[in-house]
Amino acid sequence: MAEHSHKLEIFRGLIKFKSNTQKIWGVLLLLSIVTAIEVVLGIYKPAILMTPSMSPFEGGFTATLLNILFSAFIYTKSLNLIFIVLTIIKAYYITWDFMHMRDETKSLRRVVVWTAVFLICYLIFILLQEGGYIESIYDNGFIKRDF
Amino acid sequence: MNTTISTSPSNDSTWEGGNRPFRASYGKLMMWFFIVSDALTFSGFLAAYGFSRFKYIDYWPIADEVFTHVPFLHGQELPMIYVAFMTFILIMSSVTMVLAVDAGHEMKKNKVIWYMFFTILGGAIFVGSQAWEWATFIKGDYGAVQTKGGNILQFGEYKNVNGERVFKRVPVEDFTIAAASERIQHESKKGIWFSSESSLPEFSVGDIYKGLNSNPDILVRTQTINSGGEKTVLSREESLIQLKKNGKRYVKGANLEVNEYGVPLFADFFFFITGFHGFHVFSGVVINIIIFFNVIIGTYERRKDYEMVEKVGLYWHFVDLVWVFVFTFFYLV
Repeated sequence: MAEHSHKLEIFRGLIKFKSNTQKIWGVLLLLSIVTAIEVVLGIYKPAILMTPSMSPFEGGFTATLLNILFSAFIYTKSLNLIFIVLTIIKAYYITWDFMHMRDETKSLRRVVVWTAVFLICYLIFILLQEGGYIESIYDNGFIKRDF
Repeated sequence: MNTTISTSPSNDSTWEGGNRPFRASYGKLMMWFFIVSDALTFSGFLAAYGFSRFKYIDYWPIADEVFTHVPFLHGQELPMIYVAFMTFILIMSSVTMVLAVDAGHEMKKNKVIWYMFFTILGGAIFVGSQAWEWATFIKGDYGAVQTKGGNILQFGEYKNVNGERVFKRVPVEDFTIAAASERIQHESKKGIWFSSESSLPEFSVGDIYKGLNSNPDILVRTQTINSGGEKTVLSREESLIQLKKNGKRYVKGANLEVNEYGVPLFADFFFFITGFHGFHVFSGVVINIIIFFNVIIGTYERRKDYEMVEKVGLYWHFVDLVWVFVFTFFYLV
């Protein structure tokens, strides 16, 4: 079955496995390490990571633009940001090596990944923006919910 | 190859349908279609969870205080441990699945059978663990009082743990004695035949107030998260006033309506998202079992092609992929 050839290198060719089976175990090791890091961070919650890593920019229009640009660092706790990045790393290796996305044609990869990523980003942006707005109404608005 | 339906075009020229889009078979492509749409469904749920969480950003329950249980280790607070175990089980079963696919490519029937078997086993352990997690969450552990505004008041006291002053929750039944009540559960056979009610709460708010009043160490904790990232603990006077003025009913555990850990929406989303995911795992196990038996009776051996294993494999990995996100957004973030 010639068409079942696998690409055996990960980390852009830094690690090259001898066989597909070996690559699977290598990816398992990687996923386990990432999960272990997540669990340890989740249990100990280092105090340094419990606040955002940047403070918001003050001033006019430029400051607003910069705040939007760096919003991930300004408004998200560093710990949560680390969790999200690690999750995306795990998702990448599950899709690329377990679901064999690495071995599919470039076009299939793009059709699946770009479509999903674009729509998901859109969905997340809309809903989180709206949630934050409602929170601000509860917090600063005339109507209070805490009796 | 020529025995399968999807891969046997009689005419190989492009305009006669001989060309395969993306050089993937029909079945695999359709599985990818399904996965993309299902991924969007799950994203919708998780984004809705994010919406509600942003809406109640200062009141949301802290997952580490909710999911602290591990089977056979009663009374110990071990956040994350059991979910980490579940995550590992699911990743492991993903690995055995991909090994089964690999063995299928090499046409090694016995290896496929064994790897499929371990995959099914892993899936079953995961679903079982999730059922246990649900049962523990529904049962609850300390009990709390719901206020008229729908907020939750929890009880606890300061204790010295390793030289640090830590707030530990105290079960309501430890300091409250249920007073004899005139009120009995209204069942349709006792009163009006067309109406009834669910079982009455164990304690009335009056009982709990008496208990709180006679135990000077116990304080009330609200669901408001303070600047230190912890729930606010009220002073003794405030505790008594808050319970007297706003307490409405005793709640224990969580369901779709109340949640002793805080905002009821937390419980709703927990049941809905992990439930939907658990259902996916369950259907994955069922599909895997079907394919498992097909492998055993030699269907794919005769077809000389194990692509079916690859297709259910795709689905199985997708379920794992979703869990990675659920794990992050429910238990970590």
